[in-house]
Order: sequence, then structure tokens, then C-alpha cells
Amino acid sequence: MHGYANPARFLRLARLFTAPLLISGLALAGLALAWGLFGAPPEKLQGDSVRILFVHVPTAWLGMGAWSAIAVASLTELVWRHPLAGIAARAIALPGAVFAALCLITGSLWGRPAWGTWWVWDGRLTSMLVLLFLYLAYIALADAANRDGDGGSRIPAIFGLVGAVNIPIIHYSVLWWNSLHQPPSITMGKSEMAPEFLFGLLAATIGFSLIFGGVVLARMRTILADSQAEARLRRRAMEASDE
Amino acid sequence: MSEGLNHWTFVIASYAIGVGGTVLLVGWSWLEMRRAEARRDRSRER
Repeated sequence: MHGYANPARFLRLARLFTAPLLISGLALAGLALAWGLFGAPPEKLQGDSVRILFVHVPTAWLGMGAWSAIAVASLTELVWRHPLAGIAARAIALPGAVFAALCLITGSLWGRPAWGTWWVWDGRLTSMLVLLFLYLAYIALADAANRDGDGGSRIPAIFGLVGAVNIPIIHYSVLWWNSLHQPPSITMGKSEMAPEFLFGLLAATIGFSLIFGGVVLARMRTILADSQAEARLRRRAMEASDE
Repeated sequence: MSEGLNHWTFVIASYAIGVGGTVLLVGWSWLEMRRAEARRDRSRER
């Protein structure tokens, strides 16, 4: 794992993968969403509003998956002190927050025709809203720690780990409490979904995940480039003051 | 559904917000990366 701790080696790989991930993700997600809009048939009970799931499910998956990735990166930073783990966690936070927000908005737009209401304070919706607030708090904390300099990255890492408690709560909320939100339609090795929805949904989820991977690499490259430029300027300023 | 709402209004709004948000995120992250790498390259040349 520490083989990729060298930023120069990581940057070589990141430069190779950023654009291909973004382009293939945009193409696959675009095709899947076109299928969701024009190809998939209306569902028997939900009618045309079922098409919203092609946007809602991938954004929900990424909203939750991104925080799981922050937790893994935080653990890696705290236990193994991998130098890129904290950078990865910081890079993941913004796309995670964007996808959590998109999940809430598209879910609300689906809830109005399907349930007759934009919002209910039930376990699933409320825990997802809490996740969005956790992202915003993490971003603020990580920015503050970054401004304060070395050693401060432990606090966001601990916050990233503690916040992961919310992920199983979101996942199991529809089983633990009464909810308007339906239980999971896809579980390990089993699906209650018709193939015309299932394959389109899988393609959209893979497409959005590729986009997410590309965005995270781009943001990691941004953080690394900023810190390299800043270190150079600081060194030059110290040299100038010594003369 | 019982109110006879036009589902397509909600579908189009969802796709516009979902796709628009994702494209903005990709475009912004890409531009930020290009700007930061250009800044680093300039600091190397000085």
C-alpha cells in the first residue's frame, strides 16, 4: 500500500486515469439515463415516475459509498499514516456531499408523485439529511485543519470514522422503522426488479461511479499541486529572508 | 399519483438537476485541477 505513498508515482497513475474515467463514466451514465428516459417502460404502479430511479439510486449509492470511502481513508491515515489517505478523504468529501444532496432532491421529486408528499421525517430521509450535514461539517473541519498546518488532519480523520456510524443507520432504517421508503429492491445476489430496470440501473450506477472516481482523482491532483506550489513559495520566501 | 400529477414534470426536473449537478461537479473539478497544476508549474519556473 505504501508503494503508492510517493506522490510522484501516484500522480503518474492519476494522470493516466483521470480523463478516461470521466469520459467513460459520462458516456455510460449518459446512455443509461437516455435508456431511463426513452427506453424503459412505465412501471405498473409508479408509472413514469419510476424513471427518476435511474438518477436517484446512483446518487444515493455514491452519497453513502463516498462516506464509507472517507472512513476507510481516515482509518488508513490514523493507523498506517499513509500520506495520501488524508488527501483522498478530503478529495472525496465534496463529490460525496454533491451526490448526497442530489439524492435528497431527486428523492423528494420522486416522493411527490409516488407518495403524495415532498418530505417525511422518517428514518431513511432524516438519516440521509444527517449525512449531508456530516459532509458539510467534514469539509469545514478539513479546510480548517489544512489551514492550521501539520498535525491537524487527525481531527477530520477521527470525525470521518465516527460519522461512518450513520451509514448502517441509513441502510437499515427502512427495516428498523416504519417508512414510506420501500425496503431494498436489490440485495446480495437477489433482485426484485424487472430486467429492463435492473440492467439500466446497474449501468447508470457504474457510469456515475466512474465519474466519481475521475472527480476524486482530479481533486487529489488539485490538492497535491496546491501543496507543492505552496511549499515551493514558502521555501523561496525563507531563502529570501535568509539572504 | 392519485392527484393526477403529470409525472414527466418530476422526471424532467430530476434529470435536469441530477445531470446538471454532475456536469457542474465534473467541469469545476477539472478546471480547478488544471488551474492548480498550471500554478504549480509556474512556481517551478520562477
